[in-house]
Amino acid sequence: MKALAFVATLVTGAILLYGTMDFPAWGDPQAPASVHLSTHYIEEAVAETHVPNIVTAVLGDYRGYDTMFETIVIYCAGLAVVSVLRRSR
Amino acid sequence: MEDFITLVIAKYNYWIYVILMMIGFYAMIGKKNLVKKLLGMNIFQTAIILMFVSAGVKKGASIPILDKHEVLTHGIEAAQIVNPLPHVLMLTAIVVSVSITGVALAVILRIYRKYGTLEEDEIMEKLGQ
Amino acid sequence: MKILQERIKHTKFGESLIIETAIRIMVPFIQLFGLYVIVHGHYSPGGGFQGGVILGASFILIGLGYDFKTSLSRMQEKTNIILGNLGALLYTGVAILCALMGGLFLDYSALDKLIPMGPIEWRSFGIFLVEVGVGLAVMSIMVSLFWDLCSGGDLDEGL
Repeated sequence: MKALAFVATLVTGAILLYGTMDFPAWGDPQAPASVHLSTHYIEEAVAETHVPNIVTAVLGDYRGYDTMFETIVIYCAGLAVVSVLRRSR
Repeated sequence: MEDFITLVIAKYNYWIYVILMMIGFYAMIGKKNLVKKLLGMNIFQTAIILMFVSAGVKKGASIPILDKHEVLTHGIEAAQIVNPLPHVLMLTAIVVSVSITGVALAVILRIYRKYGTLEEDEIMEKLGQ
Repeated sequence: MKILQERIKHTKFGESLIIETAIRIMVPFIQLFGLYVIVHGHYSPGGGFQGGVILGASFILIGLGYDFKTSLSRMQEKTNIILGNLGALLYTGVAILCALMGGLFLDYSALDKLIPMGPIEWRSFGIFLVEVGVGLAVMSIMVSLFWDLCSGGDLDEGL
């Protein structure tokens, strides 16, 4: 069982390493992740929201819907833990 | 052999994440203890988070906290600032990982209370009776 | 000296005077730092999630250094629940208020009709309101997770 798990892990790692052959090098400014959408946020976020911290601006304003449900997720996690464990005497 | 070493050095960051991911994956599928499985899942998530954060790095760029007046008067070039989007996404991913860990620990505690053990095969034996 | 020796004799195993004094001095500063991280999230690294976790860690520190009862007496369970619900409701409340004022859901610039201070300034201030909500919810959930997990749900005996 352990040998099977080890082989499966090695195969998965080898496939992933083969997949990283086409990935951009570390710190490449022309990487596909850095040229499409994020340039708009970097150039316009301060003018549009007056928040110097771009991470906060994107988290609270542009992706506010995402963050709202993030809060709901952690709220539901707390609710789940209380309802699973809490015993009132 | 020399080609292989240059290949590793060129993409060494991906090797680190894949090795971390393999450690977590092996702990998830190879171990019998439920707490060890949970720790493996946390290591797995750390590998994914590191990979996404490193996708935003630009060489020689500074942090995504700007000078407000400087930017409003002169503007800024996108190549000078690292990509802020992976940071935002991984901030939410860390919160999800904390929630998952909390709920999983609660369920593990209930399993221990009912079956008196955390070993997977012993739980299966008690379930079969 | 006599009082100190009496006190050491009566403390249980694992409770140390040094740790308790250090925690008593540190906890207010940790809470102040948590509030700073929440409020200053616009201008420095930080925000609701990080500051909420720091605020929750201060209560967890009391629970670890003293005992479970002290942690519960510093933060009532009912207060904790109310704060968590208030945080989640503050976020959704701001979002719904934006929709009621004639903008889109979560479009903070629509709140300009409520207090006129410019739509762009309102986008900045709306983020602040939302971050406070997130911080309250995260703090409450962190403390509640620690209480339930370390006492097994009874909330009377713990670490």
